[in-house]
Amino acid sequence: MSGTHGTETTAGPVLGNVAPEATSATGEPGDNGAALEAVGRVARAVMPVTGVIADPTQLRTYECDGLAHYRVTPALVVLPETTQQLAAVVRACSEHGVPFVARGSGTGLSGGALPRADGVLVVTSRMRTIREIRREDQRAVVDPGVINLDVTRAATPHGYYYAPDPSSQQICSIGGNLAENSGGAHCLKYGFTSNHVLGTELVTPQGDVVQLGGLAPDAPGYDLLGTVVGSEGTLGIATTATVRLVRLPQEVRTLLVGFPSTDEAGAATSAIISAGVLPAAIEMMDALAIEAAEAAVHCNYPAGAGAVLVVELDGASAEVEHEYAQVEAFCREHGAFELRLATDPAERALIWKGRKSAFAAVGRISPDYIVQDGVIPRTALPEVLRAIAELSSSSGVRVANVFHAGDGNLHPLVLFDESKPGAGEAAEKVSGAILDLCISHGGAITGEHGVGVDKAAYMPKMFTDDDLDTMQLVRCAFDPDGIANPGKVFPTPRLCGEVPGKRKKAHPLVEAGLADAF
Amino acid sequence: MTTTSSTRLEAARAALTSACGDVTDGSPADAVDGVPVALVARPASTPEVAEVLRAAAAHGLTVVPRGRGTKLSWGQPPEQADLVLDVSRMGAVLDHAAGDLIVETQAGALLTDVQRTVGSAGQRLSLDEAVPGSSIGGTLATNMSGPRRVAVGTARDLLLGVTVVRADGVVAKAGGRVVKNVAGYDLGKLVIGSFGTLVVVTEAVFRLHPVPAARQVVSVLFAAAADAGRLAQQVVHAQLVPAAVEVDWPADGPGAVHVLLEGTEAGVAARSAALVELVGGRSAAGDLPAGWGRLPWADAPGTALKATFALSALPAVLSAGRDAAASAGVGLTLRGSAGAGVVYGALPADADVTAVRAVVTRLRQACTAAGGALVVLDGPAEVKSGVDTWGPVPALDLMRRVKERFDPERRLAPGRFVGGI
Ligand SMILES: Cc1cc2nc3c(=O)[nH]c(=O)nc-3n(C[C@H](O)[C@H](O)[C@H](O)COP(=O)(O)OP(=O)(O)OC[C@H]3O[C@@H](n4cnc5c(N)ncnc54)[C@H](O)[C@@H]3O)c2cc1C
Repeated sequence: MSGTHGTETTAGPVLGNVAPEATSATGEPGDNGAALEAVGRVARAVMPVTGVIADPTQLRTYECDGLAHYRVTPALVVLPETTQQLAAVVRACSEHGVPFVARGSGTGLSGGALPRADGVLVVTSRMRTIREIRREDQRAVVDPGVINLDVTRAATPHGYYYAPDPSSQQICSIGGNLAENSGGAHCLKYGFTSNHVLGTELVTPQGDVVQLGGLAPDAPGYDLLGTVVGSEGTLGIATTATVRLVRLPQEVRTLLVGFPSTDEAGAATSAIISAGVLPAAIEMMDALAIEAAEAAVHCNYPAGAGAVLVVELDGASAEVEHEYAQVEAFCREHGAFELRLATDPAERALIWKGRKSAFAAVGRISPDYIVQDGVIPRTALPEVLRAIAELSSSSGVRVANVFHAGDGNLHPLVLFDESKPGAGEAAEKVSGAILDLCISHGGAITGEHGVGVDKAAYMPKMFTDDDLDTMQLVRCAFDPDGIANPGKVFPTPRLCGEVPGKRKKAHPLVEAGLADAF
Repeated sequence: MTTTSSTRLEAARAALTSACGDVTDGSPADAVDGVPVALVARPASTPEVAEVLRAAAAHGLTVVPRGRGTKLSWGQPPEQADLVLDVSRMGAVLDHAAGDLIVETQAGALLTDVQRTVGSAGQRLSLDEAVPGSSIGGTLATNMSGPRRVAVGTARDLLLGVTVVRADGVVAKAGGRVVKNVAGYDLGKLVIGSFGTLVVVTEAVFRLHPVPAARQVVSVLFAAAADAGRLAQQVVHAQLVPAAVEVDWPADGPGAVHVLLEGTEAGVAARSAALVELVGGRSAAGDLPAGWGRLPWADAPGTALKATFALSALPAVLSAGRDAAASAGVGLTLRGSAGAGVVYGALPADADVTAVRAVVTRLRQACTAAGGALVVLDGPAEVKSGVDTWGPVPALDLMRRVKERFDPERRLAPGRFVGGI
């Protein structure tokens, strides 16, 4: 991914430009050789020779995910083909105390699949079977390595599709989507991965295989599935996913609207949402992002636009008709100077081309850039965009904005040139300041790219120690030894220890006569 | 009550009273599913809930959280209930950010109060009030939802953030106030449907939806389960985007499938005409059918069942229930979401345990075969003790481990939940 994505560096105040080897997230190579040997033996016993990689050159293929700035060579890579094989390796890791990291397609943008130098990387790319398309149940059951778009391809002949559509949908895996709770342009109306994954077969960090949720809703007991989705591989490895299939809409209308500036485009977005219209997508690009997209794919967006909105309406024809009229009126009311409507798939594709290529296109106007991912309440859009512009002009660091406006999920692209001394640091600073803006507006530090290794250090800005400690109680229940993707998500691991309170004898204070039980 | 336990309670009472001020003796009306309650504390804020739970922890009290008490008898009776932690004084709707379509509320708030507040801006929280008088906290704890779940999902799809208090009195938040957020574990989902056994929810943030301008219901009668199944399939595979697809089958008489369409005036008219053409039946504007969204035992409490299944198994589940009830000689009323795969069942209070067990067993087979489950939510004491109410639960061991981490001393509603959790 690094080729199309420039150099994504990170904004983490602690990790910053520290070499990943120097952080506790990646482990030290070499100090658990015997344990790794043992896991390797199990792996070789249960799967074909080509499924176990220990050759240093080959290992290097897996040294990073979409956050290419961080690189760690894993000690061992395994490519299981079945749940049983995968579980056997995880069980061996558990027995020998070896950390493991799951990897789908490696497109993650927060370093979630960054390997451990002292651990095993479990890659799901050989688990790519679509097991069932159950039209009558509006569900599909798929392997974890299945590519997102392939689910839709398999469902479309039945009149259905898989709704969550990250821009990376041609390459990212369902397992990775599940682990990141990934979003996409159409999540405004249809929800995120967590709303569409209804079941999973999970290999726990102890190597047990459990089924959480399934074809039916509301499984009795704790909703462990709900916690596993979005847990970034820290609670185990998903070996199947049962997903919702959504009926293809009767009609789709895609609208490209040019505005003088992001202020007007933001106001139009707010107006649409608060009037009760729920488009499938509302995406925004600012002038710099448009410039990049034009340079890359000649998308021919409205000339002179300070911002464009891509608004897509879908559903029953009778409703779309009406919503279209409303959206058009709101856009004009807020200064739109050009509206283009696409009704057929070819025209629609042209409009989306500019938006979908925007990340990669930024490489045309800047050698390096940071992809940021923060969320703000939608009503704060104009204000926060202005503040970002001020940050940019006061620091001299250019920022392009391409984002999910309807959700308030910002993706500022912070541009810099690594070859200029200090430029990287300046960009890091701006990127971090943008996250602070999101937090101070009551937002979130990540809307869809995840915390991973990249933002673990930011978690205390959003959550108290008690919040993080409570989340980690779940971690301790699933993974008491802390071997599932350690060092990700949480800035400091919680030592799980014995189950607290399961006291076999009296409390030490009671024993010492310093306190009375009653 | 033995002397030691009454001294214990007196010490606890003093601690609780200094924690929140509103502590009373439990009355017979406070009993939790027949289990007597010694004390009732009514804290007025999250910090007070924390104080109460800390005091309860220090004195080893078992605690049953209570919202408005409308579903407190659901699940198994707790093994013990020293203290009811009542959150009804925490009834405020804290903040309605209309422009962001978000509401923040205390757990004791009535669902109807939340709806009134957000309704003034033409919005709604898309959680139907299946049990009248429900609080937000109780709705979350029992994962209650209603007909509209077909279009917008359930609490897990609407809850954005929670504030909870752990058994040890630690206050924690997860999620946030924005519609999109993947920072940290989604503890809100863990709390939904946990029946008060994991933590006490004190505040919640939800996403809202605009109230549609128009609605229309298309109703079709059916005589046999197979017909209900065929109708439901026709509706869900059409491109008419139903807000709800309900099935309603009284113990005596024919059943009906009701399809709710919501949207713009013109849109709803066109869609309901198309639907009538597709499935027949009649279309009515405005009023919802009698009993809409109410649980089938609402008027005559008896044994309350919840059946879940893959969509296409609707006819198998309906007929398993009806056949089993007929051969056991009891009446079974079925009502629920044919579009979501959730049907509730009501057996009369005087049905004997053997008959109930027979129906439960048959229905459970049908549900399990369809990837779902059959749970006895509520019922007379003989039923709860004589029938496997929760049924088999996959991943129970993992659930137990979660419980052990959150409530290692098993003081929150012990025994009420799956597998005796
Ligand atoms: C060009 C581009 C555009 C993108 N656009 C979007 C977008 O629009 N929206 C969005 O949300 N994201 C986007 N992303 C980010 C990324 O594609 C998603 O996070 C995606 O879900 C990652 O999937 P993957 O298979 O590549 O996972 P990986 O990168 O391989 O892994 C991601 C995380 O999931 C864990 N994991 C992987 N498989 C499993 C499993 N089976 N069980 C448990 N844990 C597992 C890993 O340990 C890691 O923590 C984009 C990335 C790129 C490069």
